[in-house]
Amino acid sequence: MDRPIATTRTAAGLPTGRLAIWWVIVSEIFIFGGLLASYIMHRLAKDAWAGHAEHTNLYAGSFNTLVLLTSSLSAVLAHKAAEENNGPKAAKLLGLTMLGGVIFVTVKAFEWSAEISHGYTVLTNTFWSFYYTAAGLHACHVIAGVVIMGIIASAARKGQELQRVELIGIYWHFVDIIWIFLFPLLYIAR
Amino acid sequence: MSEEMHHPNYVKIWGILLVLLAISIAGPFIGIRVVTLITAFGIAIVKAYLVAKNFMHLNVQPRFVILLLGTSLAFLLLFFAGASPDVMKDEGSGWTKPSFSYIEQERLVEEGDEHGGHH
Repeated sequence: MDRPIATTRTAAGLPTGRLAIWWVIVSEIFIFGGLLASYIMHRLAKDAWAGHAEHTNLYAGSFNTLVLLTSSLSAVLAHKAAEENNGPKAAKLLGLTMLGGVIFVTVKAFEWSAEISHGYTVLTNTFWSFYYTAAGLHACHVIAGVVIMGIIASAARKGQELQRVELIGIYWHFVDIIWIFLFPLLYIAR
Repeated sequence: MSEEMHHPNYVKIWGILLVLLAISIAGPFIGIRVVTLITAFGIAIVKAYLVAKNFMHLNVQPRFVILLLGTSLAFLLLFFAGASPDVMKDEGSGWTKPSFSYIEQERLVEEGDEHGGHH
C-alpha cells in the first residue's frame, strides 16, 4: 500500500508532516511570543496592572488550566494508541481531548460574560485590551484545534491517516504551553 | 506512521503537572507577592518543560527542531531587549516620551504651586 508523503519523504531528518507542524509552531511562537513579551513589558512598567489583574477570575483560570493539562494527557495517549495502530482507541481519546477544548471555551465564555457585565471590556484600559486579545487569540487556537481534531478523529476511527494524530497532538500541546504562561500572567501576577 | 518512540508514564507526568498547578494556585492565597510571582513563573517554566519534553517528545526530535525553536526564542528575546526600553522607560539618553514630558510638566507645576503657597 502507498504510504502518504507526509510520512515517507524526509527533509532535515524528520518526516515532512512533522517538519511542517514544527514550522507552524515556530510561527505561533512569534505570534504569541510577541504578544506575551509586549504584555510583560507593560506589566513591569505599570504597577496599576496588578490591581486590574485582581478582577480576573482565578477559579475559572485554574479550572481551565486543569482542563487543558488533562486534554494534553488524552492527546498524547491518542498518539500512543495511533503508534500501536489502534485507530478506534486513538479516535476515542481525541474525542476526549475535543471535549476538553469545548469545556475550556465554554468556561471562558461564561467568564468573559461576567467580566463584560461588570464593565471590564476590551476598551476599558490597556490591561483589559491585552487580556481579551491574548485570551481570545488563544481561544481561537483551541477552537481551530478542536475542529481539526474532529476531522482527524473521524479518519482515525477507520484506521486512516494515523500519522496525523501525532501532528495534531504537537499542536495541542503547544496551545497548552501558551496557556501555561498566560495563566500566571493574567490570573496570578496581582 | 512515524518511527516508534519510547513512551514515558504519561499519567505520572500529568499528576506532577497537577501538583505544580496546585502550588501555583496556592500562591495568591498565601499573599506574599514576591513568593507568588517567583513560584508562579518558575512553575510555569517547569510545566512547559515537562509538556514539551514528554508530551511533544522534544527530547527525541532531530537537532534541526531544537535549532528551529531555539532560533525563534532567541529572536523573541532580541525583540524584547530592543523594544522594552521604549515601553518601560520614560526617558533616556537624548529622548523623553512626550506623554512623560507632559505629566512631568504637570507635576512640576503642581509642586511649584505648593511651593509658592508656603511662602
